[in-house]
Amino acid sequence: MNLQLEGVVAYHPAARAGAAAALNGINLHLEASEQVAVIGPSGAGKTSLLQVLACALPPSGGTYRLNGVMPWQLTRSELQRLRGQLFLAPQVPPLPPRQRVVTAVLAARLPAMTLAASVRSLFYPSDIPGAYEALEQFDLAEKLFERVDRLSGGERQRVGLARALVAPAKMWLIDEPLSALDPTRANQAMRTLVEGARQRNVTLVATLHQVDMALAHFSRIIGMRAGEVAFDLPVGQVSRERLERLYEQHSAELRGEVPAGPVDIPSPPAPVVMHCR
Amino acid sequence: MTSTQLHLRGGSTIPTRDPAWLGRLFWISLGLVVLWPLGVATEFKPWVLLEPQNLKISGQFLAGFWPLVVDGSFLQMVARETWRTVAIATAGVTLGLLLAIPLALLSTRVLSISALSGRMARWPFWLRQCTRWILIILRSVPELVWALVFVRVVGLGPTAGVLAIALTYGGMLGKVYGEILESGETHATETLLRNGSGRLQAFFYGLLPTNGAELTSYTVYRWECAIRSSVVLGFVGAGGLGQQLDNSMKMFNGGEVSTMLLVFVGLVALADKVSSWLRRSLG
Repeated sequence: MNLQLEGVVAYHPAARAGAAAALNGINLHLEASEQVAVIGPSGAGKTSLLQVLACALPPSGGTYRLNGVMPWQLTRSELQRLRGQLFLAPQVPPLPPRQRVVTAVLAARLPAMTLAASVRSLFYPSDIPGAYEALEQFDLAEKLFERVDRLSGGERQRVGLARALVAPAKMWLIDEPLSALDPTRANQAMRTLVEGARQRNVTLVATLHQVDMALAHFSRIIGMRAGEVAFDLPVGQVSRERLERLYEQHSAELRGEVPAGPVDIPSPPAPVVMHCR
Repeated sequence: MTSTQLHLRGGSTIPTRDPAWLGRLFWISLGLVVLWPLGVATEFKPWVLLEPQNLKISGQFLAGFWPLVVDGSFLQMVARETWRTVAIATAGVTLGLLLAIPLALLSTRVLSISALSGRMARWPFWLRQCTRWILIILRSVPELVWALVFVRVVGLGPTAGVLAIALTYGGMLGKVYGEILESGETHATETLLRNGSGRLQAFFYGLLPTNGAELTSYTVYRWECAIRSSVVLGFVGAGGLGQQLDNSMKMFNGGEVSTMLLVFVGLVALADKVSSWLRRSLG
């Protein structure tokens, strides 16, 4: 799946009027089955970029084309079908605590399943071997029938990534896949994702806080700063000076001293519930 | 040195008085002043209960509840009617669920696809709003009124009770289900919708596992309420233990009344046990 962004401007859904744009005039072309890493200091707009690519956040300016189609001009049901071909993995793995791992992994397949098939799969998982294989690649095969709330933070994050391997998607948009993983696991997870995307001919966009990981696994690097693309280069041309300029005033992040905390888009506060029932 | 403050060296003081006290006193007095006319309006005079003549009457009334009636044929009838009461409550709640589940799914914002990216679109918004209004109408009519209506339509007997409970509880359950679904963690559901799954699929794989335990325990609590309200419905001729309770009351047969009340306490306690067991096994 190829994509084109031209002069895309986007705001956080919860942004106040007059706040700075999260994305400010982004131009980007990706060919089908290309793989890029997006790096940059916190608040650079990496997550917003993924949200726009995933058709979760409508751009307020510029154009976004997926395979030549403008997604926001489709009808809602066509857009929802298109979303089924995009796989967005948020930084915090979206797993219900009381669900079993096998169900959580197979949930990624819902867009390709009928309602009847997905309800049947709740009673008896439809593809146990498929889920097992995906988990095995992340060293989690023995957790197949555990409940999600029995897993550690790092294990949950890897379950979230294993979903990508079973999703019927043509593009993977992965937000900070390594934030809860130790260096060895991070390396293995990154290799699995890159390899998996190549085998499936899937376009892969990953935001990363670990610059060395990005440089080691990707051939094309996009540096973002303050909502703009600072550079978009083959990995060989990403020099030390460029990185230092990108992380100016955030040099601790470049050296990897600050662990990447979750930087969620602030969602509007949940309504207060009246408990007089 | 004043009586309220102890002066220390250096001029700092140890406060000995609560600064909020005066305000609290004011609000308490204001509350009493506001309550007074309400007491007058409702002729609230609890001390008449303690007048010697009234004490004698209450004593006779209470003494009538003893001894319990435990003869075989009566107990058999109580057992039969208890079973019927449980059946009315269960059938009523089940029918109510048939109404509540679709309405709750229709009314909840979390399953909106257009609200994923900004504001909800117009038609889905009004559909959800209308569903909410239907729920409000259903539950704002008391089940007693529905029962009186249905007793006219289908005649004396349990059917009227079942229908009355189904309508009111459908509205109540639907509203609270919708609230539970919206108040819980929605990250998993939202992600599923964003990744292209359908609304019902997102419900089964995201919302239900997140909120299942709370939904179940609330349903069991409502079932317990339905047992209690089916007794009230019995008084207007909708069958079950309530109708027998009404008969015994009218015959001034206190012993029968207290036997049935004890059965009742047992039923409610049982529902409580079932609810806590379900919550544990689902939690």
